[in-house]
Amino acid sequence: MEKVRVENLYKVFGQNPEKGVELLKQGKTKGEIMEETGMGVGVANASFYANEGEIVVIMGLSGSGKSTLIRLINRLIDPTAGKVFVDGKDITKLSIDELRQCRLDHLGMVFQNFALFPHRTVLQNTEFGLEVKRIDPEERTKAALKALEQVGLKGWEDSYPDQLSGGMQQRVGLARALALDADIMLMDEAFSALDPLIRRDMQDELLALQEEMQKTILFVSHDLDEALKLGDRIILMKDGVIVQQGTAEEILTNPANDYVAKFVEDVDMSKVITAENVMVKPLELSYYETDGPKTAIHRMKKTGSDYLFVRKDKRLKGVVTIEDAVVANKKGEKDLHAFIREDHTVVTPDTPANKLFNVINDKPYPIAVVNEKGQLVGVITKTSLFTGLADNMDWQTTQEGEE
Amino acid sequence: MYKIPVGEVIEGSIDFLVDNFSFITKWISTVTEAGIDILVSSLMFFNPMVLILIISAGAWYATRKKGYGLGVFSLLGLLLIWNMGLWEPTMSTIALVLIATLVSIMIGVPLGIMAALNRTFYTIIMPILDFMQTMPAFVYLIPAIPFFGLGPVAAIFSTVIFSVPPAIRLTSLGIHQVPTELVEAADAFACTKWQKLIKLQIPIATPTIMAGINQTIMLALSMVVIAAMIGARGLGGEVWKAIQRLQPGRGFEAGLGIVIVAIILDRVMQQFGEQKQ
Repeated sequence: MEKVRVENLYKVFGQNPEKGVELLKQGKTKGEIMEETGMGVGVANASFYANEGEIVVIMGLSGSGKSTLIRLINRLIDPTAGKVFVDGKDITKLSIDELRQCRLDHLGMVFQNFALFPHRTVLQNTEFGLEVKRIDPEERTKAALKALEQVGLKGWEDSYPDQLSGGMQQRVGLARALALDADIMLMDEAFSALDPLIRRDMQDELLALQEEMQKTILFVSHDLDEALKLGDRIILMKDGVIVQQGTAEEILTNPANDYVAKFVEDVDMSKVITAENVMVKPLELSYYETDGPKTAIHRMKKTGSDYLFVRKDKRLKGVVTIEDAVVANKKGEKDLHAFIREDHTVVTPDTPANKLFNVINDKPYPIAVVNEKGQLVGVITKTSLFTGLADNMDWQTTQEGEE
Repeated sequence: MYKIPVGEVIEGSIDFLVDNFSFITKWISTVTEAGIDILVSSLMFFNPMVLILIISAGAWYATRKKGYGLGVFSLLGLLLIWNMGLWEPTMSTIALVLIATLVSIMIGVPLGIMAALNRTFYTIIMPILDFMQTMPAFVYLIPAIPFFGLGPVAAIFSTVIFSVPPAIRLTSLGIHQVPTELVEAADAFACTKWQKLIKLQIPIATPTIMAGINQTIMLALSMVVIAAMIGARGLGGEVWKAIQRLQPGRGFEAGLGIVIVAIILDRVMQQFGEQKQ
């Protein structure tokens, strides 16, 4: 069933938006209109739909109008021309009060920078929509607790947003939208502000939640990997115009124009899977300043591994092996300084996976993934590399089959 | 040479207002004066020692996170005031400041909220506030007399005019500073303007609003002293008497009393602002 339908939607910012729409209809581009009239084109002649239970990803570079487009759907920004149907109703014609009711019934929203209310607890944040809807307190607390449990934040109800990590804050943002129980979710770059590993977790969780909830999700993203992973269908935008829409396969195999082709040209799978996609969290770390051989041995015992990465001032310093740690312990050394090896392999998070094959066998310990600040963000073991690849390969084989 | 009749116009309009509306202002004056009397006499009803202990304990409790410094200061400061024989004028000054501040908040906070939410109102009121703050404070004393007669109510009137701008400005600033993404989130979750104000904008703006109220109190305190010239009693009255009789020592004592009251009020109010954050 069709949940959202957008027909010939325009948004022009400036003094005389109607004239801007006229110019767009005459075939003028965003750049030309800016030069002639000083008006900015947000969205031009956008038409698309989203079915019940579908995730549609709206993708484009910054300034492509994707965030404007999603705000036109719940009328956080009023369209200049065109129609938006939500559950069959044209919301551009609703009065303010009808629009509010429509937002409460149908349109949950999750924001890029979480937009949690700092003066409210996690529970109060989650309850917010229901409170506005004037649901009675007992019932809304129940609904909010359920939503918090769904996103894995049980037990954090009384914390304040600034006590939570970024990933947890966005879970609250998600719970706030879920508690409202709207059938359509608008997610504006919901995971873009998160660390790569946490972003991946959140994507997985969203997919798992979606399995049971079957909501209609409009997801704005600038990240192709994210779009391919989440989107049942993808809408590609450039300069306010939708340049192509379709399933991932359709867009990858049959790019509508050069822009799309350029956008997706790197999506040759062995390239698109990067170190970031196959790394796992380092189990245990040792600390250069404070840990001695005994602590290191204890930690290795706990994780069952025969090495530990050593960190100094948040930067990766090197590796210590179990053999060295035992020797150091026998000699009665107080610290690890003399035993740290610095011959470990280091890659950046965007190193393509195919390059990893060449180095994975070089050393007895895993590859360290280190970001531009020198911080250890993950490790790659043989297991994580191959399982990671297998996970990501699934749809690539489908695509090859079609060729 | 032709003189542009600025003064004449102002005088003419004040005369007109006085002729036609002074029955209202005189009525307000009578009522308010009665209120001030009640407040002062109820402050005086307590034994000074009891009140000193209560105020000091209150000051200590409000700032207890920062130690007992302010509590001790209040105790010693108020005892000094009492010892100098300035207890009654001090109570009357505090009463005037309290009333003027309350009126300023009741006018200033709603106007500040309106200025933050309505662009047109903002552009109209800001130059007026600039005008109110740069006009020498003494000038407000003159029209206060025909409306309210010599006495504390005229003093409160001019004090409110002088001290209301920061309450308006900082309320407006605080509401403006609420991050746009939070306002957008409140909109996306279908808040009415009123809900948005109560649930989001005012709570987040509270520290800034409190800073504005603190400034309002300080300005009110300084203006209450100036207003002694038109019959406000209290510490300002003592200073004014000292000027007329050329008694520098007496003047300094009253001035010291004002400083002590100012420090206590300021520190306690600051604490309120911080707690809300």
